[in-house]
Amino acid sequence: MLTETRLAGHVKLHGLMAQFSQPEPLLEAAHRAYAEGYRHMDAYAPMPVEGLADAIGFHSNAVSRWVFAAGLAGASGGFGLMWWISVIAFPHNVAGRPLNSWMAYIPITFECMVLVACFTAVISMLALNGLPEPYHPVFNVAQFARASRDKFFLCIEAADPKFDPGATRDFLAGLNAEEVLDVVP
Amino acid sequence: MDEERVAVLDPGPEKVIGPGHDFASVTTKIGGVVFMPFLRTPRQIFIGFACAFVLVNLFMVAVTWLFAKGVGVWGIVIPVAWGFAIVNFVWWIGIGHAGTLISAILLLLKQDWRTSINRFSEAMTLFAVACAGMFPILHLGRPWLAYWLLPYPNTMWLWPQPRSPLIWDVFAVSTYASVSFLFWFTGLIPDFGTMRDGAAKGWQQKIFGVLAMGWRGSAKHWARYQKAYLLLAGLSTPLVVSVHSVVSFDFAISILPGWHTTIFPPYFVAGAIYSGFAMVLSLAIPIRRWYHLEDLITMRHIECMAKVMLGTGLIVAYGYAMEAFMGWYSGNQFERFLFWNRTWGGHYFWTYWLLILCNILLPQLLWSRRVRLNVVAVFLLSLVINTGMWLERFVIVVTSLERDFVPSAWGRYYPTFWDIATFVGTIGVFLALMFLFVRGVPAISMFEMREVLHEEASHAHGD
Repeated sequence: MLTETRLAGHVKLHGLMAQFSQPEPLLEAAHRAYAEGYRHMDAYAPMPVEGLADAIGFHSNAVSRWVFAAGLAGASGGFGLMWWISVIAFPHNVAGRPLNSWMAYIPITFECMVLVACFTAVISMLALNGLPEPYHPVFNVAQFARASRDKFFLCIEAADPKFDPGATRDFLAGLNAEEVLDVVP
Repeated sequence: MDEERVAVLDPGPEKVIGPGHDFASVTTKIGGVVFMPFLRTPRQIFIGFACAFVLVNLFMVAVTWLFAKGVGVWGIVIPVAWGFAIVNFVWWIGIGHAGTLISAILLLLKQDWRTSINRFSEAMTLFAVACAGMFPILHLGRPWLAYWLLPYPNTMWLWPQPRSPLIWDVFAVSTYASVSFLFWFTGLIPDFGTMRDGAAKGWQQKIFGVLAMGWRGSAKHWARYQKAYLLLAGLSTPLVVSVHSVVSFDFAISILPGWHTTIFPPYFVAGAIYSGFAMVLSLAIPIRRWYHLEDLITMRHIECMAKVMLGTGLIVAYGYAMEAFMGWYSGNQFERFLFWNRTWGGHYFWTYWLLILCNILLPQLLWSRRVRLNVVAVFLLSLVINTGMWLERFVIVVTSLERDFVPSAWGRYYPTFWDIATFVGTIGVFLALMFLFVRGVPAISMFEMREVLHEEASHAHGD
């Protein structure tokens, strides 16, 4: 079914959104939209769908890189701090053992690595996702409340050079979508 | 009557989810527990919370008395300076470990039965670690100076000793608490989004909206989210092993007979998982019944957890056997005396045999499938195992300290009322927090249940 809620010409669209009720048609639609040449688009699902990010042409390892760097920083920071405390700041002879008894610093080095890496994993995930972001145009679509429940959406954004209100709408309608919806900014 | 309802809801030991569910119905069912009107909350939850709250107050009184009078209100003496505080610390932190195991290790091993119990066990971890963390601080004597344990520049230019396992413990436990919180909260973000979108009342929408931080389930969000979640799981897996190993180093690095052994780290980790799974079962069994969640937490979950308990219980049994063997094989008279004192000669010898009964003998019933599929039996065994694991720590801490090398340094330890009140009080704190958690946020991960549902459906098509 196609809703005919055409908007007045002077209201600019954020994009057009197709609604699906299963992940497979969404994945299929995303592949076809990418093949059609659309690049500025996003898919929305109430759960992770395997291959969906690839289908809309999104590849990123940024989180992993940040976590790796943070893990290194945490481990070296932890070890460095322990070394500095025992050798430089507060040298303390315990039963004649060497001041730099590095084996004893390993547990703390490990814990610091995990601590810094885990915080970075979550914070970099949120930051790269642009969260917290209280407002986003997709929330203007009434049906979008079900994107976190049981519906799947593909949104082609007006920023895309290939975007054309009429042609894109027809394209989305041809993807076995349940509905095609306007997204106002 | 209840039996019939359970039979209808529970799909049996083969399935992780009951029949007839779709994406919307799992959401409604799990979210419904939170959106339920206040007065419609099951009666048992009110009664349970009230009982827990009484214990919270007991805890408050016990801690106030402790702060007013000092640690002398406890039964600790020289040589048994650790007493209940450290017994409880090790017990609580061990309980926490099953939560991380279920969330992280079973995620990496792709176990489908982890999904409906992971959120719940992560919350359990968080609250158990909170209870655990209080004990060393209360035990400090001057708890307001707890920050002295951290390395920070101070006018005295004093630094903690990084060669001491007690300082390793500070780092391990604080990292563990922080990472457990992150894991739990990260898992909740998409579900907060669902709650925001499903909330009927404005104030609920606002609270969940703030917590969801604008999550909208975009494919890009999910891609980064899954990466971050997997990395958290990968980092938490060695973390959980390291935490209880470090806790065991508190004992093993010393030279005291009964503590100074290399088997401690693996045996402590296995014991931690053992008691943690017992605690998950003690909590999940009543809650699934009160909120009618038998189709989401099925007999398969319960049976799998019972099997993990049996397995880890056998590792613990091996640990006990090795302790006895090494006592004899070392040829060291102090080690031999210690074992004799623990099992026969000392005045707390009965705690050892009680622990063998609770941790080794009774759990062998779990070999029988009939017992594993009997919810009441599993529930009772989980309580027995928790008691047994507490006794294990009591035996390790108290009997070793009471009798060290020189008879002139020996002593006797008796817990006081305030020891027991503080311990029972933390059980109240833990349960009260669990009751609030189950009522306030989705206790089962909704988005992961949708994934499980989708996988089950594709498998059905594949067949």
